[in-house]
Amino acid sequence: MAFNLFKYSSPASFYPLAGKMAPLFYVLAATLAIVGLYISFFVAPTDATQGEAYRIIFIHVPAAWMSMFIYIVMAIWAGLGLILNTRLSSMMAQALAPTGAMFTVVALITGAFWGKPTWGTWWEWDARMTSELILLFLYIGYMSLTAAIDDVRRADKAGAILAMVGGINVPIIYFSVKWWNTLHQGASVSLTRSPSMAKTMLLGMLIMAIAAWMYSIAVTLSRVRLLMLEREKSSAWVQEVLEKKS
Amino acid sequence: MGNVLLSVIRRDLLLAFRRRADVLTTLFFFVIVVSLFPLGVGPEMKTLRLIAPGVVWVAALLASMLSLQRLFAADYQDGTLEQMLLAPHPLGVIVLGKIVAHWMVSGLPLALMAPLLGLQFDLPPEALGILFIALLLGTPILSFIGAIGAALTLGLRGGGVLLSLLVLPLYIPALIFGAGAVEAYIAGVNPEGHLSLLAALLIFSGLATPWVTALALRIAME
Repeated sequence: MAFNLFKYSSPASFYPLAGKMAPLFYVLAATLAIVGLYISFFVAPTDATQGEAYRIIFIHVPAAWMSMFIYIVMAIWAGLGLILNTRLSSMMAQALAPTGAMFTVVALITGAFWGKPTWGTWWEWDARMTSELILLFLYIGYMSLTAAIDDVRRADKAGAILAMVGGINVPIIYFSVKWWNTLHQGASVSLTRSPSMAKTMLLGMLIMAIAAWMYSIAVTLSRVRLLMLEREKSSAWVQEVLEKKS
Repeated sequence: MGNVLLSVIRRDLLLAFRRRADVLTTLFFFVIVVSLFPLGVGPEMKTLRLIAPGVVWVAALLASMLSLQRLFAADYQDGTLEQMLLAPHPLGVIVLGKIVAHWMVSGLPLALMAPLLGLQFDLPPEALGILFIALLLGTPILSFIGAIGAALTLGLRGGGVLLSLLVLPLYIPALIFGAGAVEAYIAGVNPEGHLSLLAALLIFSGLATPWVTALALRIAME
């Protein structure tokens, strides 16, 4: 019997799988977050120039990474839903959006908390912060559009077009904003250069980033399960699930 | 194909001409918004000169956004849009014609009016010229990108506010380069870079958005 990859593209078979996977990712997220936070607050040394205030980057940087990465993943799922007409892909896109928006808000707020002691201001109109704010607007636009359309199929497809147009626009917006104002310290984690921070700092940040990943996966799976139940409520498999529960 | 394009443009212009009040409303909205700023900020000419390019551009963004709803709404209500979808001609070309006509009645008047408004803000004559050129290149971008939003929100409740939420963030590059060109000139920097990037955005959006809009229209009419 050959393994059928597309078996789990059907909500009826993905629902129990997601139910089994979600708790696993919650546990992973919690464990990694505890380890990561311990390293961040007790193991990592105090920064020479920024003092203790720098420790907020252990939350800030993973949140900022996730906010951008989730938008790309969301646009890809939405695009797959539009092209292949698979119900589950569009549901995944919709399940990802609130988590992405949440991480964008977290990145903005922690950025402000970091900026106050370091730069002496809550808000600076520099390229990265402005792009992050615009990213939040894009998330809000996507969520309001899908929420405003009652017909689920139209909501999925219209949302997909918006997500992809936004995705193409993100780099254009980023570079135009960067051109508009280039006052910012250079990226401190880059793939080409050796990182300019202590090993334990980097370790703490990477563990926190993986914890944020696991959390995003877990919460998206939980949300997509609810979406599946809601959208397929008239189908036989949902009735079975509900009967089993009651 | 050129015939289709021309006849769509001619038809939409004729319709707009029969309802002149609509066109004038957008233009006067633009004039009023720009004129409100000196009242809010204070009549100090030095400050006004600084904020003028940004104020004119943001007002143009808002004015073009308000007029976007009219792009497909009338055709949607009387069923013309459905016939356009069924027509043997490529929908992207028909949409392109509608966008061009829409720009001629909503974007072009703004660009023509802008130098006059710039005088209110004491901009030097050459800066007025740059402002005009920047708006001439930039307002079609607003119509092109906005058309996607107009198609996506076609016939939805609360469509107008939703449309602004979708479209305004996408306008940001045009705003930055458009207002930036004038600011650069005032600061003594050559504005050509800004204008070239604006032209590049115009070409890119002109080639891509009619087809995306056509797809969005098909989804909306399904």
